[in-house]
Amino acid sequence: MNLPFIFETLERLIAGIPLTLELATLSVAAGGCIGLCIALMRLSGRWPLVAFAWLYVQLMRSTPLLVLLFLIYYGLGQFAAVRNGPLWPVLREPYWCALIALSFNSAAYAAEIIRGGLLSVGHKEREAALACGMSRLLYMRRIMLPLAIRQALPAYGNEAIAMVKATSLASLVTLMEITGIAASIASETYRPIGAFVAAGALYLAITFLLTRAVKAMEYRLTRHLRPPPTAPAPYPSGASA
Amino acid sequence: MAEPGFLGVVGFGSQGWGAVLLSGAVVTLAAALCGLGLGALIGAFGAWAKLSGGRLLQGLAETYTTVLRGVPDLLVIYLLYFGSSSVLTSVAGLFGQEGYFALPGFVAGTIAIGIISGAQSTEVFRGAFRAVSPGEIEAARACGMPPFLRFRRIIAPLTLRHALPGMGNVWLGLLKESSLLSATGVAELMRQAQVAAGSTRMPFDFYIAAAILYIVLAMGSGLLVEAGERHYSRGVRRT
Repeated sequence: MNLPFIFETLERLIAGIPLTLELATLSVAAGGCIGLCIALMRLSGRWPLVAFAWLYVQLMRSTPLLVLLFLIYYGLGQFAAVRNGPLWPVLREPYWCALIALSFNSAAYAAEIIRGGLLSVGHKEREAALACGMSRLLYMRRIMLPLAIRQALPAYGNEAIAMVKATSLASLVTLMEITGIAASIASETYRPIGAFVAAGALYLAITFLLTRAVKAMEYRLTRHLRPPPTAPAPYPSGASA
Repeated sequence: MAEPGFLGVVGFGSQGWGAVLLSGAVVTLAAALCGLGLGALIGAFGAWAKLSGGRLLQGLAETYTTVLRGVPDLLVIYLLYFGSSSVLTSVAGLFGQEGYFALPGFVAGTIAIGIISGAQSTEVFRGAFRAVSPGEIEAARACGMPPFLRFRRIIAPLTLRHALPGMGNVWLGLLKESSLLSATGVAELMRQAQVAAGSTRMPFDFYIAAAILYIVLAMGSGLLVEAGERHYSRGVRRT
């Protein structure tokens, strides 16, 4: 393992960063939206919706992402109806298949995190909002979601990191993101250790930055929980008017 | 020729791949079990290093868990599988052996998922040890138990009880991570499903079958973990 080779490899791997980040960002965003819907279904109290949401989360969480990815990428093409259908231009592309698989997988975890966040919003906040005459939607937008997001943020940060790591599976459906490029370098040069160590260092850098970003966001969102920067000057006891 | 249906293909009949899939599931279970064992061993050492090791050991354990948390599992598996073969080949070259040497995929893959799960187990054990109340350890010391007896009779059982839910999660993660071993050619469930899908041109049916088997494995072990939790906390009053 020599340093010049690792630097050379890093230069080539950098080309894969945009795809990795793109897949991770889009799938976390899409997974968050689907996950919110699933969480709302789970909390809706109507049994078909609750059952569907419960089943979705259970099934997604107990199957490997790889199975889902191959099911979408290789599996759906088995049916002539899909091959001739309007969605085929999308389902033919490994990029979209990876994105769909990552999003649906992430949605299950996101749903559980969001559900926990929503359950943590207290009854008093809800009552106060309704007493102010807020409509259900306004209450959700102004009160429930901000409180829930604050509660769910640390867990959601972990989920985002897990998605960055999960994008490496996209290399198994021919996408050339960081892991894909590293694997091809390893097989071209017969120096697997250098190539994979360099790729690992890149992932580590990305996840490190992501952790810092989540920490910073958490810090900003909990401003009201910190003691004020300087304690207010106490009233002199004799000076009351 | 009549097209065999889903049950015909994944069943045990003349055109069925059921036995192949089941053998894959057995390999998946074996890989995950070995990974769990190795990971628990690493986790015990890691937790010990983090809790009571010197500064060097603490730093090493901290680096280990941080790196493994930030690097994709697939990359670790590739590194172990291809990396070990390049090391072995060059070591063999030093001894004058020509040719290509490699660890079997199963061994390299199992070590890889063991190392990955070891990082998670370290955190689980550390948290579980923290949950053991110091009074119980003090009581053992006051009874005059030597350190090893104290560990065997008091610390280990109590820590394991608190660690059981966390280890259940680690186990579910292992079952899913083991599917990545298919990328290095280990004949586990996912790989066998790929082989069957390739030769019958029915990928959808076989990946669905694989998903069902994974779900069965996950739910079955979920029930076992729950039973274990109930068994090991029968001395604890639930409030």
